[in-house]
Amino acid sequence: MSSFPWLTTLGAVPLAGAAAVAALPKEKGELAKRVALAFSVATLGVAVGMATQFKKGGDRFQFTESHQWIKAFHINYGLGVDGIALVLILMAAVLMPVVLLAAWNDADEAQSAGKRSVRAYFSLFLLLETMMIGVFAATDLFLFYVFFEAMLIPMYFLIGSFGGPQRSYAAVKFLLYSLFGGLFMLAALIGLYVASGKHLDASTFDFNTLANAVASGQLGISPGLAKALFLGFFVAFAVKAPLFPFHTWLPDAAAESTPGSAVLLVGVLDKVGTFGMLRYCLELFPGASRFFTPLVIGMAIVGTMYGALLAIGQTDIKRLIAYTSISHFGLITLGVFAMTSRGQSGAALYMVNHGLSTGALFIVAGFLISRRGSQLIDDYGGVNKVAPKLAGVFLIAGLSSLALPGLSSFVSEFLVLVGTFERYKAVSIVATTAIILAALYVLWLYQRTMTGPLKAGLEGMKDLHAREVAAVAPLLALIIGLGFYPKPVLDVVNPSVKTTLSHVQKQDPAPAVNATQTLPKVDSK
Amino acid sequence: MQSSIWLVPGLPLFGAAVLLLAGKRSNAWGHLLGCLTALASFALGAGLFFTMLGKHGAERTMHQHLYSWVPVPGTGANVFQADVAFQLDQLSMVFVLLITGVGSLIHIYSIGYMGHDPERRKFFSYLNLFLAAMLVLVLADNYLLLYVGWEGVGLASYLLIGFWQHKPSAAAAAKKAFVVNRVGDVGLSIAVMLMFVTFGTFSFGGGGWFGHPTANQAGVFGLAHNASSGTLTAIGIMLLLAACGKSAQFPLQTWLGDAMEGPTPVSALIHAATMVTAGVYLIVRSHAIFDLSPDARLLVTIVGAITLLLGAIIGCAKDDIKKGLAGSTMSQIGYMILAAGLGPIGYAFAIMHLVTHGFFKAGLFLGAGSVMHGMNDEVDMRKYGALRKYMPVTFGTFFLGYLAIIGCPPFSGFYSKDKIIEAAFSKGGTSGWILGGAALLGALITAFYMTRMVIMTFFGEKRWAEDAGGHEPHPHESPLNMAVPMLLLAVGSVGAGFLFNLNESFVKWLEPVTGPREEGKLPGGLNSTTMSVITLAAVAVGVAIAVMQYGTRKVPAVQPRGSFATVAARKDLYGDAFNEAVLMRPGQYLTRTLVYTDNRGVDGAINGLAALVGGTSGRLRRLQTGFVRSYALSMFGGAAALVAAILFAKL
Repeated sequence: MSSFPWLTTLGAVPLAGAAAVAALPKEKGELAKRVALAFSVATLGVAVGMATQFKKGGDRFQFTESHQWIKAFHINYGLGVDGIALVLILMAAVLMPVVLLAAWNDADEAQSAGKRSVRAYFSLFLLLETMMIGVFAATDLFLFYVFFEAMLIPMYFLIGSFGGPQRSYAAVKFLLYSLFGGLFMLAALIGLYVASGKHLDASTFDFNTLANAVASGQLGISPGLAKALFLGFFVAFAVKAPLFPFHTWLPDAAAESTPGSAVLLVGVLDKVGTFGMLRYCLELFPGASRFFTPLVIGMAIVGTMYGALLAIGQTDIKRLIAYTSISHFGLITLGVFAMTSRGQSGAALYMVNHGLSTGALFIVAGFLISRRGSQLIDDYGGVNKVAPKLAGVFLIAGLSSLALPGLSSFVSEFLVLVGTFERYKAVSIVATTAIILAALYVLWLYQRTMTGPLKAGLEGMKDLHAREVAAVAPLLALIIGLGFYPKPVLDVVNPSVKTTLSHVQKQDPAPAVNATQTLPKVDSK
Repeated sequence: MQSSIWLVPGLPLFGAAVLLLAGKRSNAWGHLLGCLTALASFALGAGLFFTMLGKHGAERTMHQHLYSWVPVPGTGANVFQADVAFQLDQLSMVFVLLITGVGSLIHIYSIGYMGHDPERRKFFSYLNLFLAAMLVLVLADNYLLLYVGWEGVGLASYLLIGFWQHKPSAAAAAKKAFVVNRVGDVGLSIAVMLMFVTFGTFSFGGGGWFGHPTANQAGVFGLAHNASSGTLTAIGIMLLLAACGKSAQFPLQTWLGDAMEGPTPVSALIHAATMVTAGVYLIVRSHAIFDLSPDARLLVTIVGAITLLLGAIIGCAKDDIKKGLAGSTMSQIGYMILAAGLGPIGYAFAIMHLVTHGFFKAGLFLGAGSVMHGMNDEVDMRKYGALRKYMPVTFGTFFLGYLAIIGCPPFSGFYSKDKIIEAAFSKGGTSGWILGGAALLGALITAFYMTRMVIMTFFGEKRWAEDAGGHEPHPHESPLNMAVPMLLLAVGSVGAGFLFNLNESFVKWLEPVTGPREEGKLPGGLNSTTMSVITLAAVAVGVAIAVMQYGTRKVPAVQPRGSFATVAARKDLYGDAFNEAVLMRPGQYLTRTLVYTDNRGVDGAINGLAALVGGTSGRLRRLQTGFVRSYALSMFGGAAALVAAILFAKL
């Protein structure tokens, strides 16, 4: 089975689905939904099948494929996943059927108004899934860049065609920001390619070759150039993640897109930013990464607190969730640049958990919004009385966002904090206080929307029906399951992190006191 | 038996899960399942207790390792390893029996109390969750798993305080409790992180104190003596912060009074068997740290002394019977924290008072609930009066609880509180005098406010009248399923202290965990007997003042204006006002300003930049056409850059 092209298959299934759905007649909207769902479930099946074949102690990159693509520039169609890419692909594959179920009726109105079609909506989702798998699976930097930019196209149309009243503005803003970041990366990519030609036998875009050459010292880019190239990549990823102060496109994009698109945007697409920092910035430019660490840590901690404070002040449910994500991305970045095993394993796990918990939160918020037709918090109140299941699910998703111990996000958040604490005590202590803010923004949102007397206009609001329950149940099960048993994810993530740390030449600090020390008093400072 | 430890929290957790997942289908039998799992857990706990009795020495500590939970090996010697593993020793055992025993009684009482509530099944699932979380907290063998139980308790209390969420006040109180507790959680988080970077572990490592046969070098307790005193003090202070949140100690006490918004059995559960006792557990459990840090211990005693007076003063001014009891809890927990801070001379008494308090406070709360049940949910004591004639069982059990809490011999509170006051004086030095004086003064105030409560509720003339809805209450005794738990708790209020003190059995039981108890020496020629006499005299003064003020004079049915001090106490000594002025308002301004600047400033700057680059700002907003152009332009720009670079590199 080792030669089976798992990753190509995995990318091809949703692509075929997208084509099949697009080929259906416009009136067959219901059929389009079913076909799309079937393809997304099949993709999940392939992804799970692939994951079972992943060898824990094996090579770093598995399921590798490499085919020549553009000979003149040594560009290959190179695929492969390490533990981190694997769990992120799995997360994306889990989210897709969930999103499709949740987005089931999103486009019906638009179609009956004759403006857009249901098939286009669902087809775009599947097309996006192919890109998402590609961007995590690419091991050729140029291929990565292609997916990185191509992802924008279906997302642009998902926001711009199917979103809220301000969707066009939001979509363009999203696109401009991303393109802006992307251009920096393109320039840096070319620079790296050129540099590789000078130091190696042949110039290359192959990540493994480049990373190993950097680690062995063969690819001795001058520190100044390395810093410039680092910044090129980093700006692209910081916009994508998004990191303070590049974050302002996210609240608009999240608020104006449909909940389904918002889940994929914040849950998966944005993860490419933090994923990219961890893999590409750190391993390709270890010296520059160490040099810029204080700056990045500063941005991350500011973003963590800033996002949380702004979330508290929001009046729009979806903007609120978007700001919580800015806070969480700050924490993930903190974990990445803490340069410790705990920080980076925590960050990788956080990427998965954040996808699940924010996904659940956006989806349930979407259920709520679809019932009232308003995103404003003030339009809700006392929902628990008429729709207790909806309220309960909303609470669990919210608790997961505030990292309640016992739920999955606690493990990752604590690992990030402890990993940061190992090197930067003060930063970590400040970041820890964000858990108070998190409790405030989540529980205050819950208090305003779900408790108290029933707001006028909500009488007779229906509770969750079977399709909606089916959409969120898997997410909640994973949130609880990974809270009590995160080991399967950690086991595949830990070795990748170990490689990254060794490439960036960082060691975990040793404990101040340990069992082998018998000195009666050892100062820990 | 040892392999069944996990079932102690597992059974109530199972109950909670079944009741939540089955939903309305389980309405008919939900409360029964809830009681059954609680009772089964108690039975199992009792079985484990007898198993433990049959063992000797170090063997009494039982372990059960379930699975590896969070493993992150890392690159060096520092291995992050958290397990789901339990440790049942003498200290945990005391808590297991208290939590499941008193907890079960509260479950049974709730069948009747919540009988008319359509959401009774949900209530029982939350009660079960509460027990499960608290049991995880006291059984965990490492601080990270303890954290799960710790926060689980926070969640369960959030759900129960806000159980009647249609009341905005209940929803607000629930949120407040959780958020204030989170401030404490910051302390716990930082403490665990400090332990990890200092010791490379956050497991207890068996035993409780250095030199104990089961203490091993793999755990925090075995390694603590290697750390610097600065680090130990930092860890101790962070643990204290955590304890302040959960145990409603100064300065994080403000949530406790509001938490009375929950149904009364919840208050009984929070105040007696779970939640607020967690902070005391945390400190006593971590005594290996505190033993080595006198500074941290001193801070603990100060917090305890302040809170015991603060709570008692607040208790004096409340007309709401539940809020009066809440002030009392704050105060009594203050005693326990004070005792825990005294170190080896106080640990055992902290726990002993915790257990006796568990009995009498649960009894008092259930009694208050029974009164409310018979009085159309009226909580204002000014509208009670003469209820002893109408509710003899409630009165009897409440009165026994009253005797216990004021420390009247031979009731249980006498033994435990007396010891704490004595230990505080024995600390020696000026601080000993101050702490002992505070504890003694607290005993006087306790006697005052409890006597006031009993007189206003059960004695004097009846003061109730028609309520707003035109119903006149018909006070009546509560049904059997509410009365029996009250009776059983009264038995504990009467006899527990005496039993615990017989041959110092309680202290000896805990000795393997808390270390050999140091005998303190009372200053100024005092001895144990004179100390008891002084304490009793203080109690008598408190009772006498209350009798003069409320027993011999008529209690006004409307609250009098009161002096400045009374008004301050009614307002919880301005704890909320302080928080609002210092934390909430500035916080609101901060978030509002940030929201404004984020929309105008950060975003505006970037939009402006984009406008500069793209020509006019209108284009950004008018988009579609503009978009295609700019997209094409960027693609073109990218392609051009690519070509230029390749040409430049002469490829």
